[in-house]
Amino acid sequence: MIQQKLQEKAKELLAKKEVDLVIGFSDWTLPLRTTPVFIRTPDGAKSLVWNSFCENNLTAYLHKFSRLKVGLVVKGCDARSVVALNLEKRFPNHPPLLIGIPCQRLVDRKKVKKAVKGEILQAVEQGDLLLVKGENFEVSLKRDDFLYASCRSCAHRTPHQAHILIGDPVEEVSLVEAHPDVSELEGMSPEERWTFFKKETGRCIRCYACREACPMCYCAECFVDSSRPKWIEKSLSPQDLAFYHIVRAYHQTGRCSGCGACERACPMDIRLTYLTQKLNQEVKDLYGFETGIRPEAPPPLSTFDPEDEQEFIK
Amino acid sequence: MMFKLDKKDFDHFLKDLLETHDLFAPVQLAEGVSVFKKIDNPGEVSLSQLVPQKSAKEVFFPQSEVMFRYQIAGNQGPTVSEQKIERERILLGARPCDIEAIAIIEKVFVGEDYTDVYFLEKRKKTTIITLSCNHPLTTCFCSSTGGSPFRREGSDLFLIDLGESYLVELLTEKGLIFSKNRFFKEVDPNDLTLVKELEEKAFEKVGYAIPVEGIEKRLDLMTESFFWDRSHEKCIGCGVCTFLCPTCHCFDITDEAVNLKGERVRNWDSCLFPTYSLETSGHNPRPTGRERTRQRLMHKFNYYPKIFGRVACVGCGRCIIYCPVQFDIREAIRYASSKRGEGLEGKFR
Repeated sequence: MIQQKLQEKAKELLAKKEVDLVIGFSDWTLPLRTTPVFIRTPDGAKSLVWNSFCENNLTAYLHKFSRLKVGLVVKGCDARSVVALNLEKRFPNHPPLLIGIPCQRLVDRKKVKKAVKGEILQAVEQGDLLLVKGENFEVSLKRDDFLYASCRSCAHRTPHQAHILIGDPVEEVSLVEAHPDVSELEGMSPEERWTFFKKETGRCIRCYACREACPMCYCAECFVDSSRPKWIEKSLSPQDLAFYHIVRAYHQTGRCSGCGACERACPMDIRLTYLTQKLNQEVKDLYGFETGIRPEAPPPLSTFDPEDEQEFIK
Repeated sequence: MMFKLDKKDFDHFLKDLLETHDLFAPVQLAEGVSVFKKIDNPGEVSLSQLVPQKSAKEVFFPQSEVMFRYQIAGNQGPTVSEQKIERERILLGARPCDIEAIAIIEKVFVGEDYTDVYFLEKRKKTTIITLSCNHPLTTCFCSSTGGSPFRREGSDLFLIDLGESYLVELLTEKGLIFSKNRFFKEVDPNDLTLVKELEEKAFEKVGYAIPVEGIEKRLDLMTESFFWDRSHEKCIGCGVCTFLCPTCHCFDITDEAVNLKGERVRNWDSCLFPTYSLETSGHNPRPTGRERTRQRLMHKFNYYPKIFGRVACVGCGRCIIYCPVQFDIREAIRYASSKRGEGLEGKFR
């Protein structure tokens, strides 16, 4: 069982002092969720869990713990973020030790909540099924019907870049050809797209959960927080909300692993990944580059090559 | 004074209110996402979500609010204040926890030493129609913080959902104005029995599980506790908990100006943001998540209670439900209460 192997491995790494800290997932107070845990003693490793609710990209914590030797539990997408950060020279002293788990694709808790009436008190995975219980209901749902959009379009679930792989590698195929939200957006006229974008960003509360959940957002000062120069106002005007979301997405070009942590973090359920996934697709089409797949491949927007596509220069 | 309002009349009841008042109520922005907003027609009102993402505090203390507009012309220019509220207002459909939170903010904004005219003006002009909380969630802990799912204090009218109808209680002078409402009917004694049952059931569900009593004294001893070293680790430093919190009331004031014309705007601020206490010199007295997480909890459970005599938390559970990493404030309270933060490993997550 993967969870047990994970606990054993983490225990061993901590006991042999190969790492100072293991960052992984643990059960906590809410159903359909896990919480990030920070384990320093071999005994603490028993609280680690592995299931379809391990939705955070723990790579985001590496910035906070740059002084420690960290053993990091990663899925395919999380490991790709680590590779991308490594290319940006984020780990000069202690590159993290990656404990990789081939991902079974994650369950979209918001989707599950919408499928039942009433508060969910318990949710357990049983093979392909998800058993969900509430005060007055008990249903078993097909797990595959409730996956995150970013997980359905993911073809790189095995963290090949990991130092330790727990479990067997899984097939390199996606369930759908393209990110469902991207396909939807591509089918729209420019006016419809703008309307869609405005509706989504219009309910943003500027809590910056999307930014903080993202491992690639590590600027010492984000452009929204700068007061000199002031790039953006602090209020909720539609233009400022649109501006924030456009810049956030653009800054991810060639850097986003498509993990979807930004969208999951959003308390207002704003669809965010269609923008970054569309950019990922463009980068792939133009430069044949996918974030974090080849550890040495430099990000295309940070390099110059005479053979680069020049079509955009008129 | 009590009446009964049939649900089939509810939209007409609201339509009448709209004739005379600006009506603020929960509105769905997307499936499962609602906020309190000014509504134009009864169809917009959506009362199904127990705790809308943004709380009712927004009706009195909007996330972004223009304080005044100015134009510079020579040595002095006209300044137009935005504090005046022309029409009477109604806040409809907030639960008792949100209403209790408004009183908590009011103590800060309308004090002996200072008065926030923007808050006060809205508060004075607003009649509050609260909706009882018949089915609290497992994340709710209002009774532990001094409230209850049927707490009437602070409400002018109190609605209790009876299934096909609402029981309407008129509790204040502002509420009694509605006593002649054409949709109000006489109450059946059986309804009162039902109300009692609903109230007991709801109360039983929330219970007194969270040890809040006396927490400010325990936190006094914890300023440099190891608890803060560990408890902040998983916090990613976003503003979800503070922005969705019905009692958080910190703000930042900025000028939004183009050339000589501008607006002075105040926006919600969050103690979890790095810029919150950043000083002009570049020094930040709260440089890491440790100090910021401590500020959040201390403000609610130590500083505020020491000044105003109660905790600045109403147990609505929003910060638990919507936190991207499941920081659970109940567990933080429990831990502060029991161990003063020692021996955290494996216990506080």
